[in-house]
This record gives sequence, structure tokens and C-alpha cells, in this order.
Amino acid sequence: MREERSMGESRVHRSVMDSFIDFRNVSKFYPGVRALNNVDFAFEKGEIHCLVGENGSGKSTMIKIISGVIQPEPGATMVINGTRITAMHAKDAIDRGVRVIYQDLSLFPNLTVKENIAFGLYGDTRGPFVNWKAVEDRAVSAMRSIALELDLDRLVSSLSIAQQQLVEIAGSIIGDIKLLILDEPTASLTRVEVDRLFATIRTLKERGIATLFVSHKLNEIFEIAERVTVFRDGAKIGVFEPKELDQKKLVFLMTGQEVVSEPPKPVRSGAPELLRVEKLSRGGNYKDISFSVRAGEILGITGRLGSGRTELALSLFGMNPPESGSIFISGKRVRVHSNAAATRAGIAYVPENRLTQGLIMPQSILANITITILEKVIGAFRLLDHSRSESLSREWIERLSIKMPSLDAAVQTLSGGNQQKVVLSKWLATNPRILILDEPTVGIDVFAKDSVHRFVKQLAERGDIAIVLISDEVHEVLDNCHRILVMDRGRVLDEVLPGSDAEATLLEKFNLA
Amino acid sequence: MKFCPAPTPRLRYWRNSTLHNRKTSRRNVISRAFTRSETYLFIILFVLVAVVSIISPRFFTARNALQILRTSAFTGILSIGFLFVLIQGGLDISFTATATVAQYLMALALVSKGNVPILVVLLIPIAVGMLLGSVNAVLIHRLKAPSIIVAIANLNIYYGVLQIISGGTWIYNFPDWFDRVGKGFVFAFVDENGATFGLSYLTLIWIAVAIVAVVVLRYTKLGRHLFALGGNIEAARRSGLSLFRLRLFAYSFLGLLAGLAGIVQALDTQTVAPNALVGREFDVVAAVVLGGANIFGGAGSVGGTLLGVLLITVITNALTLLRIPAYWHQVFIGAVVLASISVTSLRALLARRKERIIDVR
Amino acid sequence: MFAEFVKRYQSWHDRNQDIAALPWLLFVVLAIMTVATGGRFLRAHNITNLLAQMPELGLLSLAMMVPMVTAGINLSIISSANLTAVIMALFLKGVFPQGAGGGTTIIIIVGAIALGMIVSIVLGLLNGFLVGYVEVPAVLTTLGTMILYEGITLAITRGFVISSMPEAYLLIGNARILGLPIHMIIFLVVALVMAIIFHRRPYGRHLFFVGSNPTATAYSGVNVRRVLLKTYVISSVLAGIAAVVMLARFNSANARQGSSLLLSTVLICMLGGTDPFGGFGKVLGLVMAMVILQAVTNGLNLLGVRSFATVAIWGAMLVGVIAYRYYQHQKWERKRKQLQRARMQQ
Repeated sequence: MREERSMGESRVHRSVMDSFIDFRNVSKFYPGVRALNNVDFAFEKGEIHCLVGENGSGKSTMIKIISGVIQPEPGATMVINGTRITAMHAKDAIDRGVRVIYQDLSLFPNLTVKENIAFGLYGDTRGPFVNWKAVEDRAVSAMRSIALELDLDRLVSSLSIAQQQLVEIAGSIIGDIKLLILDEPTASLTRVEVDRLFATIRTLKERGIATLFVSHKLNEIFEIAERVTVFRDGAKIGVFEPKELDQKKLVFLMTGQEVVSEPPKPVRSGAPELLRVEKLSRGGNYKDISFSVRAGEILGITGRLGSGRTELALSLFGMNPPESGSIFISGKRVRVHSNAAATRAGIAYVPENRLTQGLIMPQSILANITITILEKVIGAFRLLDHSRSESLSREWIERLSIKMPSLDAAVQTLSGGNQQKVVLSKWLATNPRILILDEPTVGIDVFAKDSVHRFVKQLAERGDIAIVLISDEVHEVLDNCHRILVMDRGRVLDEVLPGSDAEATLLEKFNLA
Repeated sequence: MKFCPAPTPRLRYWRNSTLHNRKTSRRNVISRAFTRSETYLFIILFVLVAVVSIISPRFFTARNALQILRTSAFTGILSIGFLFVLIQGGLDISFTATATVAQYLMALALVSKGNVPILVVLLIPIAVGMLLGSVNAVLIHRLKAPSIIVAIANLNIYYGVLQIISGGTWIYNFPDWFDRVGKGFVFAFVDENGATFGLSYLTLIWIAVAIVAVVVLRYTKLGRHLFALGGNIEAARRSGLSLFRLRLFAYSFLGLLAGLAGIVQALDTQTVAPNALVGREFDVVAAVVLGGANIFGGAGSVGGTLLGVLLITVITNALTLLRIPAYWHQVFIGAVVLASISVTSLRALLARRKERIIDVR
Repeated sequence: MFAEFVKRYQSWHDRNQDIAALPWLLFVVLAIMTVATGGRFLRAHNITNLLAQMPELGLLSLAMMVPMVTAGINLSIISSANLTAVIMALFLKGVFPQGAGGGTTIIIIVGAIALGMIVSIVLGLLNGFLVGYVEVPAVLTTLGTMILYEGITLAITRGFVISSMPEAYLLIGNARILGLPIHMIIFLVVALVMAIIFHRRPYGRHLFFVGSNPTATAYSGVNVRRVLLKTYVISSVLAGIAAVVMLARFNSANARQGSSLLLSTVLICMLGGTDPFGGFGKVLGLVMAMVILQAVTNGLNLLGVRSFATVAIWGAMLVGVIAYRYYQHQKWERKRKQLQRARMQQ
């Protein structure tokens, strides 16, 4: 067994003895696809290791193999903690101290904190009855070990996402745990909460627990990772120390190509102001927000989760009415009570969650593009004119170069990037004067991201539309906006112009990641 | 066409993904009590009893109370079974058909000349109930169809098959022991007219079932797993729970209780008819929903269910005492159920509206 | 010409995969029934029998389909149809003068139908308000209103059957225009209108969107609450039209008429390709499914199967249809995943 291991050459295995996970020649094929193709993957005991890659790069397949959810093709060598494993199922992984925390968490919202933490106890103890004393003891000790303080009897449904995540971590580090896999754990956390999570990960490291951290937020990777493995197209590109990398290089490694971003063309002088917001307030959401956007201008709004950015956008879109203040479109004051009214007033909003808010996944591409303009494609006898809606849809598909099998295909068959373009089409079809984009490139790969950005900039160049781009990714607003508003806890703190020192300002002064 | 498990609570479309409840204040015991539907239910029941007692002096007597407990036994036993199915995230309204089939087969054994042993007679409906319950579980688990539609199908199959077997005949003239048990009671009282009455055996069966249910739900792993399954099916799967075994338990437990309720109803009325229980499922649904169980699963209590059953029976009883024609009873039950589910939904709706999540500086 | 037909069928088949098997199934059922009954099945008298029940069944199935497309269900259709029928019957009996002339007759019948429609709309408004605006789950709402409406009908009729409608009213149930019974014409017109609403009106499209994803539909500027309100009103009105037909055909109304039809409507919707989880459904599929099931029932009757056995058979068929739809869906899902993976690889 030992010989077999030394045969495989790898410069990153500093010491074979210290490896916790040491997988060689791992492949996974699906009909027509090679999700993983002869990949070696390893990291050490107690290491904080990051796994990065685009969608479809094979990183989630690897996680599933490590956690025993799926089995690799024959021929793989899998060594966990020095023992060679021939076939591994979910239970074997758990027995070897591997725990996974999925992005959507595995908690029971209707049960209390203590029961969620100690849920595994039911499987560990004998007899049909629950020992409530043991449940409480276990919950208390688990919470203590990561310095978490919560009312044991609170229902999990009443906790914030960050608290829920910590409850799940507390629940999974019980027993003889060696590896914690976190799948995109920071996606919906505020900065403070991310700090708290990272502190917890470091605490676990002190106890000798390794963390495999999967993320697409590159700056967070630099902050927490000891080493980074990059996957691309089902193959391993390499293992790196964070200090060898920077943002640009990492993107290059992930995509295999350099993405050059050009700043947007300057706004034409004398371009009219299309949107003005004055002293807009809504209790518990945001306060005294004032700004304006001119035709052809892209205004960035950045801020952490919980800064009120999405709530503000929803107010402009009529779905979260402001309590005071006023909104002007082309100098005329408007009241938007509903999003239908906002659409009529020329406002369009691309929501942050494509899957649940942006698209009707099982329905056709045609249906999704025309949903906003059904009233406009009414023809003879006040009936829908199918040929007109079809030609309109084709027009947008061409303009945004959406790759699709047919107009009748369900949107869920498209890739993330093409799906996002369908969302853009459906709103651009309404001919908006103001386009609000809320996190328009979350969860889509770098190329699709770039093509969305290019399209948005082209759109602005036309000079008849004002664009508001909301993002918590600093580089997205820096590269694509004319001006940037920084929001925090419901207030606009400052306005920043992209430029040489803008990045430093955003990162340091406002502590944005 | 997508055949996935029923959608998580629909119509939460105003709930933005970033708008999470971030209230962290610790509530004290009293305000906690007022978040529980049991508290409201108890108050409503109390007020109702008080009002009816003032209007009709015959209502607030030990005799009437014991009578209410006796007539509630059938609905009460079924409600507890239904509660189990609801908690693990399902819905089944075929249990009255199960109860009818079970009690009819029992009655056939009772009146047969073959002298079937008493134990066998009583085991028949229980076994039949469990069998039909597990058929429901298998179909719902395997075919991933909405459980209400599977229930509608099974309801009709069971009633249809029973009609074929029975030809619509009623069965009565049961043995003496069956009659004695039906009329039996403990804690005898004698009222001013010299009549004896007490706590019926039927009520005792109901109470025993309720105690078992409390123990299972609160103090066994099985019970906690049912709650877990109803709360988050995906998490339950990931924690390695066997969804099929849990469903099989819940539905066959409902079937078992349907069989038991069939016995209780036959003991009560001393007749068995193939269509006597048609429509009684609504009392059960009404009681459990009134009792605060969540229609989407994951929440519900035996205490609330008991109060819900009592509330339904007290309303019917009061309407009779107040000489309101029987035709109107169903109107009242329907209105009460609609009012109760509306209030529950409305409270959830308003709570979501009020959510303010950002600590604006 | 044959090649042209095959091509057309192929394209129809591709666009309507969920109901493409139904024409064949219909053909097979008709063939089996004809052979099994030794030709009795195809006699004119039997065909008339077969068609007679279809209108009310079809109307009630449409009433079930509309909420089902929005991922809801309406369990109260039968009881709301009965309540509507009873109120119309009482009106007809109370108002109709002895020996009235032709003009008065028409006015009174039209008045009765108008009253019936108003009652249906009110009943539907209650369902729609609770589902759409109070956000009570549809199953619970309509289970509650089912009890309530049946209770109201019981209270109004005191449990009696109201019978003997005016002769003129019964024409709806037995007169013919151009050889077609009037109630059949009513059904065909309503089915056509519903098909047009579903596929060619914005509201119809909204129904499907709400059924698939109410959140995304709301974000697209559609007033989901109002769509749901309308859904249950339309469902109730369709049940009301069924009540008009039923009252004429049975010449009577009562609180518990046709309670076994609830199963039939669910079965017809499911076989006709309506997805109980919402988002998909076709009127054409529903009509074909109804004809198939009526043919089966009718054939079994001819073969001497008793009517309560039919109920059990329908129940078993519903289980069969659920199973068939489930396996069909699994097949599509596998195909879809394969396609998606292949695309990701590119």
C-alpha cells in the first residue's frame, strides 16, 4: 500500500504521512460527460484548503465523492487518514469523520436549537427513547466548543442564516470529526458574520480539524485559505499558496483565458437625468437615500448583505413601498405602488435570485421572455399574437446571443449564463428607461459574466437608459460603473469614482471584501 | 410536468431571500404562551362553555360532559392518527373509508356462526386498518403524487370494494358482550333521577391513545424523526433517516387508529353500515386544523388536537341543546374551520409584513 | 397526402408529449369495448347514452383543472354546483307562474341562470379571496368551503330533494339543435372558450406561470393574488354551468348529488395531462381523457358491472394514471439531465 502511494509523483505532497485526504486517478463519467477526468486531490490534516473552479469544473463532483454520496469510476485510489478505501458510501465518510455543510443547510426549522445540534445523538444511542438531558448536554458542549451563545429552546426558523449556519457547524463537529466541508458558506452572510465564521474555522483548525472550503468569492479565499486547489473542466490545474496568487491570476487559472475588462464609455455631456431619488426612507430598511442617474450612466451600489441595497431596489420597483421621500423619473414625480406600476413607469428590475425570483424554470424560454409584455403582443380579437411574441423573443435571443435548443425548451435546460440572459431579455423587452440589476452575475461562470458586463455597457452607450448595478463584488462595480454608492446599514456612506485608488478606498475605508 | 415533492409553503413570494427574521429578543413565558394556538383554543373553549352554560342549564352538567367525552371518542382517536400523518408532511382523508372497511369485516366476524374468538374479532379491524394504511404509504412514497389525490383514489376504492362485499347491508344484533362493553363505564355517578352514568370505556380508549401519542411524539426518537421529516425533508434524507419507514409508520399508525376508531364507533352505535362514516373525515380535519397543526407538516400537538376535537363536539352539542335544526350544524362547523384557518394564515401573513430586518444607523 | 399527415402528426406529437398517447388509448378502448360487448357498444342508443353524461362531467373537470394548473385544487366544486342548482331550482319553482307564455318563460329561465351565475361568482369569490389574499392553502380552503356550501344547501333544503322543474327548463337537458343536444353544445362552447383563454389570453398564460412559480411571476409584475382570485371564480362559474345542465337533466337538485364526481374530475384531469403540481395542462387532453373514461364506464356497464364497482375501478384507474404519469416524468427527467450534461460539456 505504501509503495503504491510513493509511485504517484506529486510535488505538493510535502509529506505523505500528513495527508488526510489523498485521492489519485479519480474519474467520474456521466452519459456524454466527463465530470472528473483522472484527477489527483489531496490535503493535510488540519489544513484549511480551498477548492475553486467554475460551474461544471468538477468541484462539486469531488465533494460528493469525498462525502461518499457518489462513487468514482473504478481505478481510483482513495486514501483517507492513511487507510485505503475501496468503496465509500455516505455512512463510511461520516464514520471517518467527514462532515459536509451544504449551501442550503440541513436544519429542521421547526425544531429547537438544541435538538438540531444533537440530532445525531438519536442515531448514536440505543433504545427507542430520547434522553432530553443528554440532548441538552451535548448541545451545550458543542456550542461551547465554537463559543456560540444562543437560547437552546429557540426554534431554528427564528434564527438568522448566519446563526443557523453556526448551529449546523456546532451539530456537525460532535464526535470524532476530522474534516468539515463547507460548500459556498459565505453566500448570504454579512461581513461581521463572515468574520465570525472564519474565526470558527480557525478554532476548528486548532483542534486539528481540516476544512475544505468551496467558494467563488476570491478575496475570501485569499483571507482564509492555507492552500488553494484549482479545477477546470474536470481536471486539476494545480495547487497554490495564496501568496503566489492574485485575483487576476486566479481567474486566469479558473478559466484558462484572460478576461480584459474595459471601463464603460464616459456619459455624454448634457445627458438628461432619468432617475432621481430624494430622501427616500423606510423604517427597518434604509434611511434618507438621495441620488440621481443620468441617461447612459451606470450607477453602482455596493454594500454588504444587510446594507439595505436590495430593499432600496425593491422600493424603486414598487414591491417594498417607501414610507417617505420621493422618486422622480425624467424630472416627473412618480408613485409606484406595485411592480406593474413601476414597469409602466419604465423601471425594470433583474432580481438577485435567478432561480426563485427571476425565472419560471419549468416553463419555456418563449414564455419567460414574453411574460412581461403579454399585454403588448395582443392582436386580433384581443388574443395573443403567437407569431409576434415568437419574433420578439428571437430578436432578444439574437441580441444577447443566447444559446438554446428551441424556443419551446424549458428554461431549466439552459446554463446559468444563458438563463441570466433570458432574465435580461424579459426586462429589456419592456423598453425600460431605468434598469436595476441586482447581483446580475451571481453563480454564473467568468465568461458568461464578462458577456453580461459587455452587454450592459453597450446598452448604456446607446444613451437612452439609466442603469443601476447592485453588487457586493467590489470588482464588478469598479469595472463596470461610472459612479459607485457605498451603502451600510441602511445609509449611503459615500460616493466613490472608479480609479486608481478606488479599490483601496472600498476595501480599506469601508472594509468591503 | 414536474413530479417533485409538494412545494414548500407556496405563496411566500413577498419573502425576499434577504428578508430573514432576525428578532433575537428572548420572550418570556407568558408571551410565549400566547404564540401557541393551544392557549387561544383553550380560551375560546372556556368562553363557549361559559356562554352555553348560561343559556342552557342542561349543558353544564357532569352527565352532559361525560356524554360529550363519549361521543368525541371516535373523532378523537382518528384525529390523533391524522395528526401523525400531518406532522410528517402528508395528508390523507381516506381514513374513514379504512375505518368502515375495518369495522365491517369485524362485524361480519362478530355475527358469524363460526364462533370467532374475541381477540381475533378485535384484531381483525386493527390489522385491516394497518394494511390499508401501509398501502397509502407505499403509493404516496413511491409515486410522489400529491397525497390528497392518492387519498381521493383510495377512499373510492375502499368504499367501492366494501359496497361489492356488503351489497349495502347493515349489520346489527351483536353478541351481548359487545353491547356491555359499549355501554360500560368507570367512576359511577348517580344523578337525582337515580340513573347511573360514568366515564365510558370508549373515552378511556381515547385517553389511552392520546397518552401513547404524547409519549411517542415527545419522548421517542421515532416521534422526533417524524417532526424532522415534516420540517425539512431534504435534511431528513441527508441525516440518513429512512423516509419510507417513517411514512410507513405514520400512515399505518393512522390505519391502526382508524381500525380502533371503527371498533369504538361500532361499540357506540351497535350497528355497522357501509356508509355510516361518509363525511366524518371533515370533523377530523377540522379538529386537527383547529388544534394548530401545520398543514405543511412539522408542527402540531396532541393537546391542541384534543382541544380541537372537544371544541367541535361542544359546538355540535350546544347547537342541539339550543334547538338549532340539525341541518345548520354543518354550516357552523364549516364556518368555524374557515375562520380558524383564515386567522392562522392571516397571523403568519401579518407577521411577515411586519418583519423589519436592518438595524438602520 | 399521407406523408403530409404523418409529418403533421409528428410535429403535434412533439409539441404535446404529455397527451400524445391519448388518441391511441382512446382507439384501443373503443376497440376493446366494441369487441367485448359484441358490437352493442357502438349502437346509436348506446352512443347517445355515452354522450349524455359528458357535458356535466366535462364542465366539472374543467372546474377542477383551472385551479390545478395554478398548483391548487378545488374540492368544493360539487358542493358549490349543488348549492347553485338548489337556488336556481327554488327560484324556478317559486317564480314560475302556471301556464305562463313563451316570453315570460324565457325571461324566467334566463333569470334563473343569471341568478345561478351570481351565486357561483359569490361562492368562488370566497374561495379565491382566502387562497389569494389570505394565503390559506387551497386544499384547506376548499375543504372548508366544501363543508360550508354543503351545509348551506342542507340548511336551505332541510335535506329534501327539490324536483319537478318547469317543462321549458328541461329543454336544456333534452332538446337538440342541428342534431346536437343543447347541453353538449354548451359544453363544447365552454371548452373552446377555456382553451382560448388558456393559450391565447394573458390571464391564461398567467395561470400557468403562477402554477410553476408564484414568486417569479409576482416579480414579473403580475398580480398573483388577483390571478388566484379569478381562478377560483372561474372554477366556481364552470361548476355553476354544470349545475345548470345537471338541474335540467336530473329534473331535481339536492345537497348531496353527484358526490362521487369529485373523483372522476380529478381522474380526468390527471389522465388528461394536467400536472397536479401546477404549470401544465391542456383542454384537449381533458376532453380526450373524459371520452376514454366514459367509454370504459359505459362499456363496463354494458358488461354488467354494477355502478358501485365502477367507483372502485375509477379509483384504481386514478392510481394507475398517477403511476403512469410518474414513470413518464422520470423518463423525461432522465432525458433532460442527459441533455443538460451534454450541453455543459460543450
